Amino acid sequence: MTASDTQSPTDATDGRPQADHADRAKTLVQRIADLRAWLFLLALILGFEVWARVSFGGTFILNPFNLQSIAVFAVAPLLLATGQTFVIISGGIDLSLGFIMGLAAVVAAHAINALTPGFGMPTAVLLGFLIAVLVAAIPGTINGLLVSRLRVPPFIGTLGMFGVARGVAFLLAGGTTVPVSNSFFAMIGNGRFMSVPYIVIITAIFVLIMHYLLSQTRFGQHNYAIGANVQAARRAGIDIKSHLLRLYILSACCAGLGGVLYSARFNAGAAQAGEPLLLDSVAAVVIGGASLFGGSGTIIGTVAGAFVIAVIQYGLVFVNVEPFWQFISVGVVIIISVLIDQAQRRFSGGRQDE
Amino acid sequence: MSSVTPLLEVSSLSKHFGAVRALHDVSMKVHPGEVVALAGDNGAGKTTLIKAISGVFRPTSGEVKLKGEPVSFTTPQEARDKGIETIYQDLALADNLTIGGNIFLGREPMRRAFGFLPVLDRKKMADAARTTMAMLDFHVSRTEAPVSNFSGGQRQAVAIGRAVYWDAQVLIMDEPTAALGVPEQRKVISLIKQLKTQGRGVIFISHNLQDIFAVSDRIIVLRRGVMAGERKISETTHDEVVKLMVGG
Ligand SMILES: Nc1ncnc2c1ncn2[C@@H]1O[C@H](COP(=O)(O)OP(=O)(O)O)[C@@H](O)[C@H]1O
Ligand SMILES: [Mg+2]
Repeated sequence: MTASDTQSPTDATDGRPQADHADRAKTLVQRIADLRAWLFLLALILGFEVWARVSFGGTFILNPFNLQSIAVFAVAPLLLATGQTFVIISGGIDLSLGFIMGLAAVVAAHAINALTPGFGMPTAVLLGFLIAVLVAAIPGTINGLLVSRLRVPPFIGTLGMFGVARGVAFLLAGGTTVPVSNSFFAMIGNGRFMSVPYIVIITAIFVLIMHYLLSQTRFGQHNYAIGANVQAARRAGIDIKSHLLRLYILSACCAGLGGVLYSARFNAGAAQAGEPLLLDSVAAVVIGGASLFGGSGTIIGTVAGAFVIAVIQYGLVFVNVEPFWQFISVGVVIIISVLIDQAQRRFSGGRQDE
Repeated sequence: MSSVTPLLEVSSLSKHFGAVRALHDVSMKVHPGEVVALAGDNGAGKTTLIKAISGVFRPTSGEVKLKGEPVSFTTPQEARDKGIETIYQDLALADNLTIGGNIFLGREPMRRAFGFLPVLDRKKMADAARTTMAMLDFHVSRTEAPVSNFSGGQRQAVAIGRAVYWDAQVLIMDEPTAALGVPEQRKVISLIKQLKTQGRGVIFISHNLQDIFAVSDRIIVLRRGVMAGERKISETTHDEVVKLMVGG
């Protein structure tokens, strides 16, 4: 009577002792899917290029000014998206990043103003930067504790922190923007090295480090494992609590850097600096190929995703389309990305015997 | 056989949950290269027994000896460090990682790139994956594919491979074939035979008498938390085992 109740031979199974052929094809599909954001970016750029040539005989992408503008445009959303990539891979989400960025922007402005007389310009900038990132780490720590110790769902915990960081940032800013008077800071925000803006160089180096962290270290490997199967990660002896705590601190610090660079660029801190960027950051990650269910995603994909958004936004302005089309286009791209992700999952992710 | 020290020796183990005697006065031995089947109706106490052995539960009373040494685990991690590995039904694999990534999960090998930068040693992971899986007669060429690409039996092999790589002496498997199709079940049975020839001890929970008779040396039948009987597979029949299971 008990001997048969757990037997469920599926006819679909054919054993497949060597699944190499199917496997090879699947890996190829995965490879292409991983590159989809870059292909998409390429298509977008070509599209705008054709549009520019046909409609007013100019060039879009070969114009260095456009390239620079797009890159500068992409800095803040990319920084937020970098932190968001880690969080989304782990199966979470961080909704507070936009206002953590604003908080850091305001703190950096105040700190640099306060320290410049005593320490001189460059030192004040360095200290102001450190203080702003440390302050940004506070809401990150609280997010991490909420998610890891108190088991608050990330969506809710970071939504709460979204409100708290927003309120604190506006209070600190006194409801207005905080101008910075430090010409070294302004130089970092607007200067160039061989016509590449400093903030783009700083962002590129930072993103490279984050790519290393995600793809080459235990922290990154554990982040993928936790996103795919927390239970498996726990049984493998990974300290989930401390990982999640460090994870949310890390994403907050990304936003902190974004806030400091914002203040440098505009010579002022503003609480609403990152307000419209939160959704862009999630969109960049998703367009970059990550799944909101966790377990997949790369920094390289996110970089492409952030540039897709930046190119759409800047390109539409460049070809003189009403700016509201930006929202529509980015929205459509997000939906298409998710559809591709799901189709790919159905095609290559499903195991044949289940 | 009995002259050799058993790998694992359980004496008079009991586990009570309040008034529920989930397990009462159960004793068993596993020798090197021996497969011991645990059988019994639902709720007989099979899972409780292996959890008490593997450090998930502290037994209420009784003793567990590993190679003659008394042991007392407070966490599954401690049991694993001492060489007792449990292969759970859901396999506990991270589907998005490679075979090597799963084998080394939580203890990834590192190397220095450019002489200074610590990076994951993916080559070592891939090599270990290949040699370990070959020991289980499962030859992988695509070591960079995530394990989600593999079939159920292959994934079972990955979970077992992880235990083998870390040199588990006693492998405990709770219903390893339950979720698999017939050809894949055969694959798992042959995996267990490989473990046996490598001199490891295996505790194998199954509802499937066919599988039990195909691979086990001995069978222990539990009924409502107590030992209903212990038989050598060569000296018993399906009928007798079923009678032990249902009682009467
Ligand atoms: N954590 C627990 N708390 C209380 N009772 C339990 C617990 N785990 C198991 N039991 C009881 O112990 C008995 C044996 O269960 P179990 O070991 O899961 O049986 P089997 O694996 O043989 O089906 C059952 O009556 C079950 O209800
Ligand atoms: Mg059970």
